[in-house]
Amino acid sequence: MSSAVDHLEGLTSQDYKYGFVTEIDQETLPPGLTEDTVRFISAKKAEPDWLLEWRLKAFRHWRGMDEPTWPNVKYPPIDYQAISYYAAPKSADDRPKSLDEVDPELLATYEKLGIPLEERAALAGVAVDAVFDSVSVATTFREKLAEAGVIFMSISEAVREHPGLVRQYLGSVVPPSDNFFAALNSAVFSDGSFVFIPKGVTCPMELSTYFRINAMNTGQFERTLIVAEEASHVSYLEGCTAPMRDENQLHAAVVELVALDDARIKYSTVQNWYPGDKDGNGGIYNFVTKRGACRGRNSKISWTQVETGSAITWKYPSCILLGDNSVGEFYSVAVTNNHQQADTGTKMIHVGRNTTSTIVSKGISAGVSNNSYRGLVKILPKAEGARNFSQCDSMLMGDRCGAHTFPYLEVRNKSAQVEHEATTSKIGEDQIFYLNQRGIETEDAVSMIVNGFCKEVFRELPMEFAVEAQKLLGVSLEGSVG
Amino acid sequence: MLHVRNLHAGVDGQEILRGVNLDVELGSVHAIMGPNGSGKSTLASVLAGRDGYEVTAGSVTYATQDLLEMDPEIRARNGIFLAFQYPVEIPGVTMMYFMREAVNAVYRHRGQEELSAGDFLRLARAKIGPLGISPDMLKRAVNAGFSGGEKKRSEIFQMSMLEPTLSILDETDSGLDIDALKVVSRGVNSLRSPARSFLVITHYQRLLNYIVPDHVHVLSQGRIVRSGDRSLALELEKHGYGWIEERAAERVALGA
Repeated sequence: MSSAVDHLEGLTSQDYKYGFVTEIDQETLPPGLTEDTVRFISAKKAEPDWLLEWRLKAFRHWRGMDEPTWPNVKYPPIDYQAISYYAAPKSADDRPKSLDEVDPELLATYEKLGIPLEERAALAGVAVDAVFDSVSVATTFREKLAEAGVIFMSISEAVREHPGLVRQYLGSVVPPSDNFFAALNSAVFSDGSFVFIPKGVTCPMELSTYFRINAMNTGQFERTLIVAEEASHVSYLEGCTAPMRDENQLHAAVVELVALDDARIKYSTVQNWYPGDKDGNGGIYNFVTKRGACRGRNSKISWTQVETGSAITWKYPSCILLGDNSVGEFYSVAVTNNHQQADTGTKMIHVGRNTTSTIVSKGISAGVSNNSYRGLVKILPKAEGARNFSQCDSMLMGDRCGAHTFPYLEVRNKSAQVEHEATTSKIGEDQIFYLNQRGIETEDAVSMIVNGFCKEVFRELPMEFAVEAQKLLGVSLEGSVG
Repeated sequence: MLHVRNLHAGVDGQEILRGVNLDVELGSVHAIMGPNGSGKSTLASVLAGRDGYEVTAGSVTYATQDLLEMDPEIRARNGIFLAFQYPVEIPGVTMMYFMREAVNAVYRHRGQEELSAGDFLRLARAKIGPLGISPDMLKRAVNAGFSGGEKKRSEIFQMSMLEPTLSILDETDSGLDIDALKVVSRGVNSLRSPARSFLVITHYQRLLNYIVPDHVHVLSQGRIVRSGDRSLALELEKHGYGWIEERAAERVALGA
């Protein structure tokens, strides 16, 4: 084992004059992004030609694109040639061997969150596969899903086992050329999840990435594709927690949802990527494209997100309401503290008749952070009777942080009804004192006030997730008042 | 039980309390009266430990402890309750959740076992009924959308749940109609016991018809200028605060 580490160290400390080296340890690629990188990744996964071509097309497109500059966030230029595109999956040798080797501050956070011990190890990246009884868990739930006809596997597996389905839907909601980060993801995505719910099936359990990630490190360019056939229902949970690293890491994921007639997809995220330290060093750049297409009549896609992590968040989970009477929902809590920056919101595109959308966004800023809501409601000419309700509330903690709201409205049908409400409040010293005066500690008081503020969003989350989200908020805002 | 000695305090460098002396024994009801700006609410805030009030001199002893050294939540857990003049709204937090957290914080401090959800609900229902509040209030967000009267009743409800040793009522009568005033007073009177004391801060003597005090103090320009029994309040009602202030000024002039 130590020889492998030495070998790696020897290689990585070299100056790479040729940019691309093939004779290295197979788990890692040197920094740099060329067509060869894309070919390497595709070959590593033994992908069919069509997928390689798809990736290459995305890559060629990406080369001609510019990084978006419109978000209300600031960061030094990213050198895309300085990133390793197949480095994310750390080899088992390189991971911490036990919890003793993991940063105690990180462990303390997990403990506060009430994450079970075995899971803490998994989240911290400890090589626990031998200890963690994930195999039996995985097997039981796989059998149960198979009985119902539900497909839930990594997207790499799905490419091999269900190539027809993947080919039909991949990139059909977020085309590879959609935007800079989506194009990058399409070229180099490492892995991700694939879910297929057949006609008339209600998925017998909540699907969670936790189940799968224990088995495989999906890296920073994951791709998720969920297809719900006619009259099927599924609830998908995504939890993200990343270890602390001093350097900034780019995370550019793509999530695509497809709902056919009468289908319902509920997608919930609790995102707690490492936000950087108190001085703004390190942390994840979370540049994510999430979009759902309500293709069928009466279909419904609901996004719920609780975002407390990442140094920078750039993400707008959206719904394209194509089918008549289809419904799009977006419930969001975005918390920024210290030097975090978030520019997040949604897009609701009304195409079909009598389509309705609801947007509830709660932004909480503390420290010297910056929190922006950016949302587009677009009613196309044929969207007769479309309705939207948007509510954007911001809460400020302290006087050095910022909250911004950028609502965009494009209404091209006169019968549409669009409502927008927005409030900004400051967490009151008098609210905290009121709770103090009843015997409640300041920390608990802040968490109570903030959780109350976010209630409309939390009640959309599945039960266990809501509990986790509440705790997470408390941890994220620790020390921001008083 | 509560001993205030030569208390000087203010906000933003401006002195409001200029040497308050006050002794409240266990089991007694003290009324603090005074004109606007005399320092009544400042006294309540300083005793409860509100941020932003600076004590520049003097001391406050509560049950042999130095009160001014304690954080507000520690004061609360030790039995100090402030019924707010302007109770604040906390959207999205139900009265039930809030009160259960508060009661359990106090119970934990006393070394008592925390209340289960069921026991809490039974206790809350028993306390809320006599105050003429529907138990539905427990499901509403703290003070959010409450009428003025509801807010004040809710304060008294909280007081009866927490069973404090020293209750400070800061102008609880302001904005109450006569019926609500009676209900609130009944709530306070039902808590009167040899183990509890009350500091009733009010502008008007009317409240004292219902909550009959053992002692009445008049606060003027940051000092207690006159103390007496209930009859002092009645006298005040007859003559107004100007009378007291003139008398106080005369005494100062005479060097008394």
